[in-house]
Amino acid sequence: MSLLEPPTLAHSEHDAPPLQLPGPIGVVYRWLDDRLGIDAVIKPVLVHPVPRSTNWFNVLGSATLTAFIFQVITGVFLALTYIPSPNGAYQSLQWITNKAIFGHLLRGIHYWGGSAMILLIFAHTARVFLTGSYKYPRELNWLLGVGLLFCTILMGFTGQLLVWNQDSYWAIVVGAEQAARTPIIGSLVAQVLVAGQVVGGATLTHFFAIHVFIVPGLMFGLIGGHLYLVVYQGISEWPEPSSVVDPKTYKQKYHEILKDGIPFFPDAMAKDALFALFAGVVVIILAVVFGPAPLGHKADPTNYVTNPRPFWFLIWYFALLAEIPAGVENFVIIGFPLVIVLWMIALPFYANKGERAPSKRPWAVASVFIAVLATAALVYEGYQSPWAPVFDPQGNLKHVPAAVLQRLTGQARDGALVFEQRGCIACHSVDGVGGIRGPSLDGVLSRMPVWRFNIQVLVGGRGTSYQYMPAFGKILNTTEMDQLVAFFKALPKAEKQASVSHAALNPPVRVVSKVKNHHREYSVVVLPRHRLHAAYPKRPGH
Amino acid sequence: MGITKKMLSTKLSRELFLTGIIVGYSAIAGVVVGIPIVGYFLTPLIKQSPRLWRDVGPVSKFSIGTTVEVKYSDPSALPWSGTTSKAGAWLRRNSANSFTAYSMYCTHLGCPVHWIQSADLFLCPCHGSAFYGDGKVAAGPAELPLVHLPVRVRNNRVEIQTKPIPVIG
Repeated sequence: MSLLEPPTLAHSEHDAPPLQLPGPIGVVYRWLDDRLGIDAVIKPVLVHPVPRSTNWFNVLGSATLTAFIFQVITGVFLALTYIPSPNGAYQSLQWITNKAIFGHLLRGIHYWGGSAMILLIFAHTARVFLTGSYKYPRELNWLLGVGLLFCTILMGFTGQLLVWNQDSYWAIVVGAEQAARTPIIGSLVAQVLVAGQVVGGATLTHFFAIHVFIVPGLMFGLIGGHLYLVVYQGISEWPEPSSVVDPKTYKQKYHEILKDGIPFFPDAMAKDALFALFAGVVVIILAVVFGPAPLGHKADPTNYVTNPRPFWFLIWYFALLAEIPAGVENFVIIGFPLVIVLWMIALPFYANKGERAPSKRPWAVASVFIAVLATAALVYEGYQSPWAPVFDPQGNLKHVPAAVLQRLTGQARDGALVFEQRGCIACHSVDGVGGIRGPSLDGVLSRMPVWRFNIQVLVGGRGTSYQYMPAFGKILNTTEMDQLVAFFKALPKAEKQASVSHAALNPPVRVVSKVKNHHREYSVVVLPRHRLHAAYPKRPGH
Repeated sequence: MGITKKMLSTKLSRELFLTGIIVGYSAIAGVVVGIPIVGYFLTPLIKQSPRLWRDVGPVSKFSIGTTVEVKYSDPSALPWSGTTSKAGAWLRRNSANSFTAYSMYCTHLGCPVHWIQSADLFLCPCHGSAFYGDGKVAAGPAELPLVHLPVRVRNNRVEIQTKPIPVIG
């Protein structure tokens, strides 16, 4: 018997008799078989029995492997031309994308193939988790899979960096700044990541070697081990609510299941092949229709007119970083990935027996459901980036729509220019133009009295941290404030109320009394301490 | 000690001896090759970026009360660094002889802050942090003011001292 064949899989009824091929083909086959051990080793592995209950949910792993193989092939060919140097990378990609025959398509397949691989490996991980396939005796295969999952994420991250455009450059900086938050050794970790203290020549070659040699090499090894264990321990049977894993009896039970099994080749593999083909067709269609990720602008640390965003599969994390409260930021940046990794490593050890069926493991189902929902919501948030100020493509502030400006005269018109030039428009919109970090200011003065508006603008802030609006008391003078008020008074009222609660727009301010002088009514108010601090910040030299 | 002696005295001693030789030689080979590899890999860490003064122009080029971008070459850049051999900073002329230079890297996660002269604010395009003209935090998520770079005036010319990416260097 062969070395690879585990005792539990040795069933003579599945061992097909040696191939008897006629004529010269038979001569060649026998010659090869004598030297390669096809009948003795390769064929038994190919036709090894798998449980009859394997189904379409079992194709995700092999589809991930197919994607990996295609990534290796397209990657090797892209590397024929790509130059891993800051003064050549971007230009060589321009050449590949615009000049090389089928270069655009090749980059497209590599980009969408990588995207597919990430989706597939997450789907595969979720399937293995939901069906409890990581339980005895497959704990170590789960760990190898976790290694492959993180390698795949690393491949995606480093792949984006090799484009060496503005997004690449700032993704490295943002990545390094997160690494630098590690306690004690943070700065060292960040320096290892960027290969020095600045992002430059050494950084790109390091990431190139990581992307094309180190991580793929590691993945070849992990995949080898993963497949060996799939064959040695066998594919897990589809869980029934009654099948509870007990390490004492599981192997015996599995042995019985295999007696009624189907051969992996061709029965089970047919599903794998069909699904991989489907995934491949989708990738090629996406590559043809949408092409590769746009090249954008070349990496340049002095070009601040940029709007750095990571690839889609990391945009959820980018969104998370914008939305977590400052107080727990360090915990999330370091703790969140750490907890995930530790949990994934610990999982097959603390939960390696018991129920496998999803219907009996509501927490497993709920956690996957919540994770998918949260990721989808964060991806959406990431693309919306409601927290980010908006500019025109040249990096300048947007303009109040001409249609609005036309209707205004005098002080109101000056107010429109204040709104625009003092940067309000970066975060607030009027008539649909402007940022969405703050509420739309259409009809703002129908929502709050002028004095509250003034406080909001001059003091800024909201809540207990510096999370929100700058205090424009430092920036605007009283004339400009009057002009702003005139502008908002002249604006037509909003047809729809902004989706911001009344409480949020009306901060907790206590009016003590009202004072009137010859031309204006003032409210004397009590501000919470942090708001006062924002209103009258200490200024150097004043 | 007792166990080793007992093992050596059994008939397995020859196998143990050979195993020890194989493992020992492999370990020595690993160390001999490993030391230069680790040293080579860590070169960029051991070689600290030099901090030099860079001329960014005559004093007269900058008008009082404004902040402009200045560019200079990064002293640690490798010869093939291309556009990434440059570095930029925001330079504010406070008065006739007073300048403040701000690092362009946002103190939240390092994206390049964008100076809006008319609004007197630095805005970050990534997560929306804002800083006043003096570098103090105007809006989160950043919690720390913009990092200052050393700046001086010599022979009527403004000089900035280079600095690696703040949290990294």
